Amino acid sequence: MKPGHGEVLLAEGDPRVREDEERLVEEFRRQLDEGMWAAVPTTSPGTGRREAELVQHYAEIPPEAERVIFFPRASGG
Amino acid sequence: MLLALLALLVVAAVLALPLAARPVARWRRARSARRAAASPFDQPLYDPGRERRAEQRARELLRSCVNDEEWGMYRDLGFIRVEGRHARRREDGRGHAAYAYLLYPHKPIVAYVPESGQLLSEYCVEFPDLDGRGRTRLPASDDVLAKWMALTSDEGMVIRRANMHLVGRQLDPARVRRDLWRLAEWERRRQRALGRS
Repeated sequence: MKPGHGEVLLAEGDPRVREDEERLVEEFRRQLDEGMWAAVPTTSPGTGRREAELVQHYAEIPPEAERVIFFPRASGG
Repeated sequence: MLLALLALLVVAAVLALPLAARPVARWRRARSARRAAASPFDQPLYDPGRERRAEQRARELLRSCVNDEEWGMYRDLGFIRVEGRHARRREDGRGHAAYAYLLYPHKPIVAYVPESGQLLSEYCVEFPDLDGRGRTRLPASDDVLAKWMALTSDEGMVIRRANMHLVGRQLDPARVRRDLWRLAEWERRRQRALGRS
């Protein structure tokens, strides 16, 4: 999510393909270095409830995740 | 003698030329920058549809992340309710949340008690533009989604980062109570519709 623009596609690819994964890791790190938060929308296996999971490392992204959403960090308004 | 002086002057002028050229070049650059800034043709064109398109994309993204009930709530009422996770009522056996939040776009998060409708507090939180200019903000639906993602993933962190106030600082308590009534009516209608189908 980018203020003033909304959703912007940063990178896409198949993480099982080495070149794609390198690109995804690089973009993931760049976004976090810029101070963004990364979240993966998930469904709770127990309750079926939709929720999000904040991830701080590429390795924490669930393998079944289809996307990672980056958004500005929360601060007191 | 005169010829020698003339030659000396020419040499001095040639040597001083690079020194004089630098301020002239600076002045030329500054002048062209001033002209470019003043020219209406060099300004980025205002796109009146950009924010509308951004909001449409944001709504689609929000819809793809939350469940049907939450999406319907946002579409029909303009806010989303998220249950608090730190304490649950156990006596009814279903573990209903003891408190919940209302997420409005670009407004504070409101905590309340679902059972009594008592308003607890406002949590002022924003997702500022990180490029430092601070002139732009997320589209409304992205703001709600950011709050939803942050709250459902790490409620404690969001609450710690937010500025907490009693309800009434930014939001009208009467309006929030009216929204809670609208939400109750909306849920009754939804239950009836689900029962019929």
